[in-house]
Amino acid sequence: MSEAVLEINDLSLAFPISRSLADWVAGRPGKVVRALNGVSLQLQKGETLGVVGESGCGKSTLARCIVRLYEPTSGSVRHHGQDIFDASVRGDRAYNRRVQMMFQDPFSSLNPRMTTGQILSEALRVHEMRSEDQIPERVAELLDLVRLPQDAAEKLPHEFSGGQRQRIAIARALAVEPEILIADELVSALDVSVQAQVVNLLLELQERLGLTVLFVAHDLRLVRHVSNRVAVIYLGRIVEIGDSETLFSSPSHPYSQALLSAAPSMDPDDKGQKVKLEGELPSPLNVPTGCAFHQRCRFADTRCHSESPSLRPLEGRGEVACHHVEKILHNA
Amino acid sequence: MAHNADYDGQWRLIWRRFRKHKLGFAGLLVTAAIYLVAVFAEFLAPADPNAISPRNTYAPPQSLHFFVTDKEGNSSFQPHVLGYKTKIDYDSGRRTFEENPHKVIPVGFFVKGHDYKLLGLIPTERHLFGPVKSRDRIYLLGADRLGRDVLSRMIYGTRVSMSIGLVGVTLSLVLGVLLGGASGYFGGWVDLVVQRVIEFLQSLPSIPLWIGLAAAIPASTPPVQTYLLITVILSIIGWTGLARVVRGKFLSLKTEDFVKAARLDGCSVPRVLVRHMMPSFASHIIAVVTLAIPGMIVAETSLSFLGIGLQQPVVSWGVLLQEAQNIRAISTAPWLFWPGFMVVVAVLALNFLGDGLRDAADPYAT
Repeated sequence: MSEAVLEINDLSLAFPISRSLADWVAGRPGKVVRALNGVSLQLQKGETLGVVGESGCGKSTLARCIVRLYEPTSGSVRHHGQDIFDASVRGDRAYNRRVQMMFQDPFSSLNPRMTTGQILSEALRVHEMRSEDQIPERVAELLDLVRLPQDAAEKLPHEFSGGQRQRIAIARALAVEPEILIADELVSALDVSVQAQVVNLLLELQERLGLTVLFVAHDLRLVRHVSNRVAVIYLGRIVEIGDSETLFSSPSHPYSQALLSAAPSMDPDDKGQKVKLEGELPSPLNVPTGCAFHQRCRFADTRCHSESPSLRPLEGRGEVACHHVEKILHNA
Repeated sequence: MAHNADYDGQWRLIWRRFRKHKLGFAGLLVTAAIYLVAVFAEFLAPADPNAISPRNTYAPPQSLHFFVTDKEGNSSFQPHVLGYKTKIDYDSGRRTFEENPHKVIPVGFFVKGHDYKLLGLIPTERHLFGPVKSRDRIYLLGADRLGRDVLSRMIYGTRVSMSIGLVGVTLSLVLGVLLGGASGYFGGWVDLVVQRVIEFLQSLPSIPLWIGLAAAIPASTPPVQTYLLITVILSIIGWTGLARVVRGKFLSLKTEDFVKAARLDGCSVPRVLVRHMMPSFASHIIAVVTLAIPGMIVAETSLSFLGIGLQQPVVSWGVLLQEAQNIRAISTAPWLFWPGFMVVVAVLALNFLGDGLRDAADPYAT
């Protein structure tokens, strides 16, 4: 196994909701949104880890925790063994340089008042990575890297299309020579033909520069295309994580099965046996006890109501958090 | 740092868009003209605003004539006004004025008059226009109760009235940006306190508050200090509106991804504020400030009109309008209202300018 660059251990994050007056009068405690409920995963050097799940399951929250936009309630994120929320490391800008984030909306992530050149050189200046006279050279290099014309440096973001903007965002992330890229719904705002361009560019750059990528998306086909490994998240918890091909061709967890069968197939003959889910995603304000998925699971029994399953490795597959996974696979 | 070159693009776009706003552009021209008058008041005013002339109390406006006809019947070009033929009605104790066609007072450009220092530096006695003989008096907009030239006084008043708007707004801006910015950036209880203070101040009826505060200024205070105190009094309420606008801008910008990205890049708080957030709302602030100036001007005018703002011998439009407070003045000397007309023109021009700027402020919005 190769070296883990980022180790996330039992990460939990709860956002308190301000108490209403009625709550206060009744003496009820304030509510909390439990966005992450004990996420553990490792990011190996050079890999692309896809993170998939329904809307509101905590994908983006996880990404934001990793770049320290949010501080977790408990658990740790270790970067080369160093806890990034440790008091002595908190003020350290170097971590932010090593781990760069790319945002979903290319229309809001680029400052409309700054030219591309200024956007790309900003982080270089902050981290003092290049002397002032070397900056134009580096900007030219970056534009080359993401295949934008050199005169783009003088232009403002509104002069570019969505795909071009997202390439600027990639160039900005790459400007400071990071080790890990966090792509939060990188291409969700783009149309399909442009998505392919941007994603392929990202993959190519990853290979060339030896980057590690955490790819958060809800588009399953896209994740299958880009990822080496995939983590499926349900209500702030990883239910299954494993090799991308294995997971997509034969998912183990009942939720993964349902999620993947919800994705449309490109094969017209494939009528498929769809695994349909009942009910709605429970509110993160009120996470069910035991296995968070038990209310919607066909295989749930009393044990699932009370006991929360932990991730355990399965022969020939990744890790799955389900009490009955062997039985389910055996019956299938 | 080449900051100016950096933001050229943005400002050029704003300017291009502003040019298309006809009313706004007209407002800009008029406003610029009024501020030029304020700067060069001494040069433009034909007479000393404080020179009294007992013989010309409430003298009506004289009209400007361009040709004189001599005894032989030849007419020649000579701008002039006609002097007065004065009659005193001893029953009512009033003077009545009539134009005297034989009393020609030639008027010229760049004539010598009372001496002054141009821009406070260059001593000179030249005026843009005035009576050719410096002993003569002309009253193009009539005279007031002490025979002082209304036109000259109005020109001098421009300086105080227009600058009080600028100074007051600057003060409001500093308070508004600091408190509104803190309110929006930090949120939480800071926001709560600042917003409640703003609501409290805005709920106070402004005129009684101003009267109360102005009454607290001792009558013996020197004019310059009174002027400064009045601007402070006006700003006490003026900053609240600005603070709200700044807070709103901060709140909306704070959640933008590019601000998050700047923070992730490791920018310090001041750098995020100055380099990433400021350019996005500077243009809005300029527009809002422009719209706040007329409010200040009107407020100063009202205070001075009520006699609790600036006092004689300081000349402002409001002080001049004080002269037009009684019925007798209105019936016999309606020209005393000219400063009021100037207030209307200035306020309208600034409002149009502000509207134009506001529309142009966001060149990327379609």
